Amino acid sequence: MLINNGLVYLIALPLAGAAILLLAGRRSDKWGHILATLLSAASFSVGLLQLSQMLARPTGQRAVEQKLFEWISVGTFKVDAGLMLDQLSICFVLLITGVGTLIHIYSISYMSHDHDRRRFFAYLNLFIAAMLLLVLGNSYLNLYVGWEGVGLASYLLIGFWNQKPAYATASKKAFIMNRVGDMGLSFAIMIAFASLGTFSFAGIKEAAPHASTASLTAIGIMLLVAATGKSAQFPLQAWLGDAMAGPTPVSALIHAATMVTAGVYLITRSNFIFDAAPTAQLLVIIVGAITLLFGAVIGTAKDDIKKALAASTMSQIGYMILGAGLGPVGYAFAIMHLLTHGFFKAGMFLGAGSVMHGMDDEVNMRKYGNLRKFMPITFVTFGLGYLAILGVPPFAGFYSKDKIIETAFNAGGIRGLLIGSAALLGAGLTAFYMTRVMILTFTGAPRWDEKAHPHESPILMWLPMAILAIGSVSSGFLLSRGNALVNWLAPLFAEHAEKAEVLKPVVVTSLALLMVVIGVVIAFMKYSRGEVSSVAPEDVSALTKIVRRDLLQDDFNEAVFMRTGQGITNTLVKTDELVIDGLVRGVGSAALGSAGALRKSQTGFVRSYAAWILLGAVVLVAAIWLVTL
Amino acid sequence: MKFTTPVLDYAILSPILIVLAGALIGVMIEAFLSKTRRPIVQLILTLGTLLIALVQVFRIRNTTSLSAAMGSVIFDGPAFLLQMTILIISIISIFLIADNENFTALAAALPGSIEEQEATCKGNQVTEVYPLTLFAVAGMLLFPIASDLITLFVALEMLSLPLYLMAGLSRRRRLMSQEAALKYFLLGAFSSAFFLFGAAYLYGYSGLISFAGIRESIVGGTGNDVFLLIGIAFLSVGLLFKVGAVPFHAWSPDVYQGAPTAVTAFMAAATKVAAFGAMLRIYYTVFANAQWSWSPLLSVIAIITMLFGSFVAIAQRDVKRMLAYSSIAHAGFLITGVIALNKAGLSASIFYLFAYGIATVGAFAIVTLVRDSAGEVSDLNRWAGLGKRSPWVATIFAFFLLAFAGIPLTSGFIGKFSIFSAAYESGAKSVVIAGVLSSAIAAFFYIRVIVLMFFTDSHEDATTVVIPSVLTRITVIVSFVITVALGVYPAPLIDFINKFAIFIR
Repeated sequence: MLINNGLVYLIALPLAGAAILLLAGRRSDKWGHILATLLSAASFSVGLLQLSQMLARPTGQRAVEQKLFEWISVGTFKVDAGLMLDQLSICFVLLITGVGTLIHIYSISYMSHDHDRRRFFAYLNLFIAAMLLLVLGNSYLNLYVGWEGVGLASYLLIGFWNQKPAYATASKKAFIMNRVGDMGLSFAIMIAFASLGTFSFAGIKEAAPHASTASLTAIGIMLLVAATGKSAQFPLQAWLGDAMAGPTPVSALIHAATMVTAGVYLITRSNFIFDAAPTAQLLVIIVGAITLLFGAVIGTAKDDIKKALAASTMSQIGYMILGAGLGPVGYAFAIMHLLTHGFFKAGMFLGAGSVMHGMDDEVNMRKYGNLRKFMPITFVTFGLGYLAILGVPPFAGFYSKDKIIETAFNAGGIRGLLIGSAALLGAGLTAFYMTRVMILTFTGAPRWDEKAHPHESPILMWLPMAILAIGSVSSGFLLSRGNALVNWLAPLFAEHAEKAEVLKPVVVTSLALLMVVIGVVIAFMKYSRGEVSSVAPEDVSALTKIVRRDLLQDDFNEAVFMRTGQGITNTLVKTDELVIDGLVRGVGSAALGSAGALRKSQTGFVRSYAAWILLGAVVLVAAIWLVTL
Repeated sequence: MKFTTPVLDYAILSPILIVLAGALIGVMIEAFLSKTRRPIVQLILTLGTLLIALVQVFRIRNTTSLSAAMGSVIFDGPAFLLQMTILIISIISIFLIADNENFTALAAALPGSIEEQEATCKGNQVTEVYPLTLFAVAGMLLFPIASDLITLFVALEMLSLPLYLMAGLSRRRRLMSQEAALKYFLLGAFSSAFFLFGAAYLYGYSGLISFAGIRESIVGGTGNDVFLLIGIAFLSVGLLFKVGAVPFHAWSPDVYQGAPTAVTAFMAAATKVAAFGAMLRIYYTVFANAQWSWSPLLSVIAIITMLFGSFVAIAQRDVKRMLAYSSIAHAGFLITGVIALNKAGLSASIFYLFAYGIATVGAFAIVTLVRDSAGEVSDLNRWAGLGKRSPWVATIFAFFLLAFAGIPLTSGFIGKFSIFSAAYESGAKSVVIAGVLSSAIAAFFYIRVIVLMFFTDSHEDATTVVIPSVLTRITVIVSFVITVALGVYPAPLIDFINKFAIFIR
């Protein structure tokens, strides 16, 4: 692989920003946000430069790497810290730094009234650096460092307003659920090292074909656990909704466009493992299919605009995971959906932030209504994102989502039919809940309090929204024109024969559009005709109540994990008191014959200490005698 | 009778001579300079002496010699590494010692007497701690390079005597401090007797006092084995006492607690390096061929020491005592490196000594910062909630504790990992298992302190953290930076140590 010593700047620039802002403290309050934004933009420029160089090289030599330093070297055990930039990582680099920079700009205005704005920007820069390390690391160990880094930045930012206990709790919840996933990643790395003897992607790719299917399946399943934690997939999905406690730009950047898609990156990056472990791959598909429906169903009952969007994120990432689970045919489409989703979801989150900005931080959509009159720009940009997520041609989501549905059907047999139908149904549900969001927020009669004065946001806020909206419109078309992205990524994945088409693309597209139309029509019938109550109605069916409670995900976690966990902990504490503490004393009694004697040996009297030394010396001589007899 | 002029290689002896000269000048300053100017002059002198000695050690790094002082001193790669380590640790701790808040104004006065109060009020601070430190450092520099039994004993006493005095210099709780000093002295004398006794037996065994001579006798196997075995056993008692291995550890909690914290830091870090340096040399070269006799014993002692230190630390309520027991456990880990008896074991032990020494000085430096109106607070319960009041101090302390526990990305992890893998390579599997087990136990009490600092609400009589003086700040920051650096990027130091860690015989 070619050597390129410029890669480190991608990470170093935002990292330096975070360091400067955190170390300089209040002194940098005045200029900190500008520095952070500039550094993020600089990193984006480095990314563009790398892309142009990459384009200039022939296909076989596009990937470059940079060895940073020898990290650990003990005997034969060596770990290098190194970076690698290939066709897959460059997509992420540009998404992270590009959308990241836009969100920096947006935050300058959004956070202008917060006296801790500098700290916020420091964390944002820290996040960018960690996320770049995640996608640039050339081994699972380096990826792991980035993985934990984005986790850290994410908790810091979810709990940014930690003076509110509920927000601090949300941060803690995200932390704990992510630990479960992270444990999966560390297990995967350990199993990989034990069975394949290396951490590096290149090394594992080379060794994977010779490894046993059992160990590859184990690695794959553990990687999937990691992906479900970070990407809020079933069954570790519950934290994402609560993560919306963070400032809205954070939700847009971390919990929609970039960090939560790390799971998709992980699976795509590990394609050589999943391709050789069909069981793990099937699990990936199942997780993706369940989550895409789960998230969409939750989305139908959310009144909090950010939580509705969060549920939608969960569902859309379900599509990506599903795509990644489909193997070499699906990886490129998963990444394409990830990129288009990065545009339209970040745009819609920023739109939601703009609405909240104009509505005194009100998040309940039932208290909105008719905002298109007061916020025309937000309405238009949000609307373009809406059309994109629905998959209306020619908007971005159409190209990416349609391909995933199509590939799902092409998996063939009952499996293909099941997951294809799930993906279709998901599209319909998406249309329903997103239309609901649009109607409740932008149309109908105003339902807000007297005090609210809705107004359009300043230019620093709407400009990033507008740029992202352009992406929502055009990115799908650009990425799929002449199969651009598919061909670009093809060298990374195993070659695959074209599968027979189960359904003609035209049929799939028509079915998908039909589902969308049905979803939209139902939403219109339900919410556009007649009054919408400004408080959520109580006399609803049991099903609605369950959906409102996030399909009982928290109740489930509480009943299954927390209660049993508490039980185990209580037992452990008792065991600790009875057995372990007993054992501590037991060691003493074994040595001296009685429980308190161990502490008593430390009498403070010199004579007894001297006696110990004497005894020790005598025993030593006696023992040496015995040994040599 | 014919006298021959002894041939001395001054270049090799120069680090020790420089430190001794600095100590003597320090005594003169103590006698003649006015009290107000003494502290700063002494600090500059001590620091300068140590730095010059450090530079000199570095300059002679590639020299090896068996006959620097008529065969009683040996200089080789490990000698260079150990002397470097001792000097670096001394330099870092001298900043802590220089923070004269820690020391009694007039050590010669009775505790609570009028003379003492007068001296305290007037600010008439005597500064004998500087020359004492230098004398101790000189002894420590000599200890790991001694190559006959007499020089070894002289070095042992040279490093011990100043330490006994320094342990009694505490400004607050002076009676406790003096009690600690006396205990340390009495027990030290007692163990020295064993040491001498062992040396006498070894002389009886081989008829020689030089390491090379004893080694050859062991290789030849001509002498009386009983003499050899008693000699090894008793010599080991003396050495194991200095490193604080069970059952010769009893002094260390009391002394660590009673001594001024700055002295404890210096003692815990530098003495361990010197003592283990000597131990490594003796077991790796002199007794290497008698491994059959001592290896099982040291294994048992290592296991008991690691487990005992870790277990008893759990029950401690005082942060200095807890660190003392933790240092006992660390002595056990280091004995594991002695047992390994291979090149990897030597490099790993030296790395461990360096990493542990630096982190220890840093941790004790933090202890000096946590105070109430009556001075340092070492009661662990009153450290509760420290993380909320002083996040920086608590975070750095937590980091040192994690390094002691051997959590990855700290220097302690690399140290433990390499020392255990070296011992495992040489077949000492039971010791390694006990080591890993006690590391797990140890992690428990380190993390308990972290939980206490960050997640427990503070009591009403909360302690405050004083703003560290520039001097203490240097100690804390330097040791923190080194500890982080060694954890994240240890490769250069490991390579450097590997290059030098070969004993010559």
